[in-house]
Amino acid sequence: MRIPGLERDGSRHKTFNRRLALLGGGKLTLAAVLMGRMYYLQVLESDQYHMLAEENRISMRLLAPPRGLIMDRFGRELASNRQNYRVVLIAEQTKGVADTLDRLAHIVPINSHQRRRVLREVKRKRPFVPIKVAENLTWEQFARINVLLPDLPGVQPDVGEGRYYPVGVETAHIVGYVSSVSEADLTGDPLLELPGFRIGKNGIEKVYDESLRGKAGNSRVEVNAYGREIRELARQDGQPGHDVVLTIDADLQEKISRRLRDESAAAVVMDIHQGDILAMVSAPSYDPNAFNLGMSTKAWRTLIQHPRKPLINKAIAGQYPPGSTFKMLVALAAMEAGIAGPGHEVFCNGVIRLGKSKFHCWRHRYGGHGMMDMKQAIAQSCDIYFYDLARRIGVDRIGAMARRFGLGEALDIELVGEREGLVPSKDWKLAVTGVPWQLGETLITGIGQAYLLATPLQLAVMTARLANGGIAVRPKLSRHLKPQDDAEGAGEDADDDRTSQNDGNNIRTTDEGAPPIGVSAANLQIITDAMSEVVNGRRGTARKYKLDKELGMKMAGKTGTAQVRRITKAERKAGGKLGKGTPWKERDHALFTAFAPVGAPRYATAVVVEHGGSGTYAAKLTKDIMAEVLRADPLARSAMGRTSHAPNNATDRPNNADNADNTGNKERKT
Amino acid sequence: MGRQVDLTLLQKLAQINWLLIVLITMIAGVGFAMLYSAANGNIDPWASRQMIRYSAGLGLMLLIALIDIRTWLRHAYLIYGAALLLLLAVEVMGVVGMGARRWVDLGLFQLQPSEVMKIALVLALARFYHGLPMEEVGRIRWLLAPAAMILVPVALVMRQPDLGTAILLMATATAILLLAGVRLWKFAVALGAVLLAIPLAWRFMLHGYQKDRVLTYLNPERDPLGAGYHIMQSKIALGSGGVFGKGFMQGTQSHLAFLPERQTDFIFTMLAEEFGLVGCFSLLSLYILVIAYGYAIAIRSRNQFGRLLATGVISTFFLYLFINMAMVMGLIPVVGVPLPLVSYGGTSMISLLIGFGLLLSVYVHRDIVIPRRPS
Repeated sequence: MRIPGLERDGSRHKTFNRRLALLGGGKLTLAAVLMGRMYYLQVLESDQYHMLAEENRISMRLLAPPRGLIMDRFGRELASNRQNYRVVLIAEQTKGVADTLDRLAHIVPINSHQRRRVLREVKRKRPFVPIKVAENLTWEQFARINVLLPDLPGVQPDVGEGRYYPVGVETAHIVGYVSSVSEADLTGDPLLELPGFRIGKNGIEKVYDESLRGKAGNSRVEVNAYGREIRELARQDGQPGHDVVLTIDADLQEKISRRLRDESAAAVVMDIHQGDILAMVSAPSYDPNAFNLGMSTKAWRTLIQHPRKPLINKAIAGQYPPGSTFKMLVALAAMEAGIAGPGHEVFCNGVIRLGKSKFHCWRHRYGGHGMMDMKQAIAQSCDIYFYDLARRIGVDRIGAMARRFGLGEALDIELVGEREGLVPSKDWKLAVTGVPWQLGETLITGIGQAYLLATPLQLAVMTARLANGGIAVRPKLSRHLKPQDDAEGAGEDADDDRTSQNDGNNIRTTDEGAPPIGVSAANLQIITDAMSEVVNGRRGTARKYKLDKELGMKMAGKTGTAQVRRITKAERKAGGKLGKGTPWKERDHALFTAFAPVGAPRYATAVVVEHGGSGTYAAKLTKDIMAEVLRADPLARSAMGRTSHAPNNATDRPNNADNADNTGNKERKT
Repeated sequence: MGRQVDLTLLQKLAQINWLLIVLITMIAGVGFAMLYSAANGNIDPWASRQMIRYSAGLGLMLLIALIDIRTWLRHAYLIYGAALLLLLAVEVMGVVGMGARRWVDLGLFQLQPSEVMKIALVLALARFYHGLPMEEVGRIRWLLAPAAMILVPVALVMRQPDLGTAILLMATATAILLLAGVRLWKFAVALGAVLLAIPLAWRFMLHGYQKDRVLTYLNPERDPLGAGYHIMQSKIALGSGGVFGKGFMQGTQSHLAFLPERQTDFIFTMLAEEFGLVGCFSLLSLYILVIAYGYAIAIRSRNQFGRLLATGVISTFFLYLFINMAMVMGLIPVVGVPLPLVSYGGTSMISLLIGFGLLLSVYVHRDIVIPRRPS
C-alpha cells in the first residue's frame, strides 16, 4: 500500500514528538511552580496565614458589667439598675421597614423624629444588625408587643439594663446622673465605646464612676465575612461595679427636701464628730431619670434657664456672705488673741463712726442694743459690738480663724463643682484689686460681709467644728465601696471586711486623723453657750424657733442675714430694711447655722435661703429640719442597727417608700 | 485506496480508554465533594446539579468518542465557522451577565460561544496543519490563514470582555502551532510583538476592572478591601490549611464566607483549606496523570490531525488548571477561569467532556492513517 504523503508524515511525526517533549517539559515546569507555591503557602507561611484566618474568624465582643448600686447609709437604693424594655428592629427579617414601623406605632408612640432615625440607620447598617426603635417601654406596651409579634415581622422585644434613681429628685444633687459617653469622655477604656454605654456625669455617679463601672467582660465569637455572629467560642464575664454606700439618710433627705420645696435654698445636716453628711439638699432640684431617658432640648433649656438654677447644687456651689453667722469666729478670734474676753463690753447706740463713714447696727432704728457683753452680742447679733472687736483684732487674724474652721478652702467633698468660698486678707486684696485694705472693710468683715463668701457646706462644717470641741472634722459623703457580689458577707475582699468591722459599731467619737484645731475649750464653751442663747435666751434673735418641748432637746444656732446689695441712704431713712415690696432678686439671703442637742451635740446644720429676707426665716426652717433630724436620729439608729453590711439592714428596716407609707397609715388608724 | 477497514461499534467500545474515564470521574468526584462542602453539607444546590451535568456530559463524551475521527476532520471548518457565527451573535444580541456579554440565548438553553470556540479552534487548526506538508509549514504565507483563524475569535472574545478565555485560546493555538512544526524563531517574534502590544492594549483594549486586576496582582495590598480582597482571602485560606488541612467541611475561611465564589473559581482554595498540601498534591497528581494519558494518546496516533487534536485538547485542559491554580495562589492576576471538572458550572464541564470525547476518539481511531487531502 502506497499512501501519498505518508513518508512525509514521518518527518512531521518526528517534529511533533520532539516538540511534544518540549511542551511536556514546559508543562512539568509549570506544575512544579504550582507545587512550589503550594509548599510555600501551606508549609513555610502557614503559621502566618493561620493567624490571619483566626483574626478573620474571631471577633471580640465586649460585655458591659452591671453598674454598682448607690445606697444610703441604711442600704436604701438611690441608684439602681432597672430592666429597660426596648424594642429593636432587624431589617433583614421584614419586607417593609416602613410598614412594620406603622404597625408598631399602634402600640408604642413613634414620632417622626424617631422614625427618620430608624430609617436612616436601616440604610447605614448591615441588615442583621438590630436597630433600636424605642426604649423604656412600660410593661404593658412590652407585653402587647410580645403578644402581637407574629404580625410584626422584624420586630424584636429586648430587655436591656438602664440606670434608675428610685428616690430621684430629692437625691439628684448628691447621686448625680449618668448619660451617654461624649467624645471628651473617652479614656481608652474600651467599655466607653460600647454603643449605649452610659457614664456618670455628675455627683457620686461621676466621682466614683470608675469603681461603679466595673471591668468589662468579653466574649469571643465566631463571625463570618459580613460580621454576623455564628457562635460564641469563649466567654469571660466582667467584674461588676462596686456598690457605693453613702452617709446620707435618704428618708431625712426626702423630708428636708419637702420642707424646702418652695424655696431657692440649701440645707446641710452633718454628724459633727464623723463628718458624715446625713442630708444635703439643694432646692429646687431636678429629675435625674430624665437625663437617662433622654431629655428634649426644650426641657433642657427650661432647666438651664430656670432663675432658681435647679442644676446647681447650692450646698457646695452656692457662695454667700456668711453675715452674722460669722460672728462666732470673730468673737473666738478676739478671745484666742487675748484681746477681749467674754466680759468685754461695748455700748451700742445703733451707729458707729469711722472717719466720715457711719456704720450701722441692724437695730439702729430702735436706738441700738444698749450695753452688750459677748454672749448677748452673739445672742442679739449686735453689729456695733463686732465692728469694735474686728477693729481691735484686725482682718488677718479674723481670716486666719475662719480658715481654721474650714472657710475659704475646698473641703474635698466627693462631688463635682465644689466652690472654695472666700476669706479675705490684706495681701489678698492688694494682690487682686491693687488697692490697699481699708479699715472700714475690717469692720464689715466683722459682721460677715465685705468680701467674705462661704458655701452652706462650709457653714455646716464651721458649726460642727465649734460644737465638737474644736476638732477639724471633714465632711464626707461615702462610707465605703464594696464588691457587688459580697451581699452574703463571704468576705472575699479582706481589705473591705476590715473596714467594715472597724465601722461595725460605728461609735467613733472623732474622725480618725482629724486634728484638733487648737482653740481653747473654755472659749468654745462661751461661744456655744452664746449660740444656745440665740435660740433659748429671752432676747435671742431666734427665740421664736425653739424646738418643741416634747422632743426634750434643745438646739443652738446663729442667724445671719446677708445683704445682696448696699442699702441706700434713702432706704435707710425710709425704714432701714428692705421691705416686702422689694423684688425677690434683691432681698437679703437668710442664713441659720445650728447644732443640737445642746449639752451633748451630735448634729450640725446650715440652712441658706436665697433672698429669704432675714436670718429668722432660715431659723424657722431649721427648727423644722432639726426636729426631723432628732426624731429620725440616724446616728443612733446606725449605732444600734448596723452590722457590717448595709443590704441586710435594708431588709430589717421598713424603710422603703412604700413601706413607710403603709406604716404611716396604720399608725393613723390605731 | 489505502483506507483501513472501519471498526465495528463493539470494537470501538473495547478500544475506549476506560482508565482515563475513571481518572476523569475521580476528578469530578473531588468536585462533587467540594461542592457538597461549599453548600455546608448539602447536596443542593450545587453538587446535585453538577452530578447531573457530569452524567449527561459523560454520555456525550462516549458518543463523540465513537464517531469516526475522519468525520471530525471533515466537519472541522464547519464547526469552526458555526462557532465564529455564534461569537458574532453574542456581539450582536448577547445576554449581559456579571458586567460582561458572554452568553447567547438559543431558546432552549443559553450557550457560551467562547466555550464552543475553544474546541472549534483546536479542530480547525488541527485540520489545517494536517493538510499542510512539512515544507509548507515553514513558509510565512502559510502562517497567515492560521493567524486569522486565531486572532478573529480572540478579538471577539476580548470584546465581550473575557480576558481569561482569550488567553486560553491564544495559548492553546500557540501549542498547536508549536507542535505542527512552526519555526521557533517565529514564536520569538510573536512574543516580541505581544510584549510591544501590551502598552497599547493597556491604553485601548483593557477594561477598568481588568486593569484593576492586573494592578492588584502586581500589588495585592493596593486595595485590601477592594479588588485585592479576594486574592488576600484566598491566600489566607490556602495558607491556613497547612499540610493536612482543617478537615472536610471544616474550612473556616470558606464556610464563613470570607472566600468569594467558593463554588466556582475559588473552589481549589477551599480544597486547599480543608485538605491541605496533601489534598492539593493529590488533585494535581490526578490532573498530571490525565495529561500524561493525553500525551500518550497523541504519540500513539498515526495521523497528524489526531495528534494535534489530542494535544490541543490536553493543552486547553492544562491551561485551565494552571491558570486557575496560579490565580488562587496569587501567582497571576485574577482571571475568570474555572478549575477543570471541579468548579461548578455547566458550560465548562460540558465543553471539557466534549474535548475528552474527541481525545478518546483520537485514541479509538489511533491506527487510522488519513491522507493529507481526504476526498
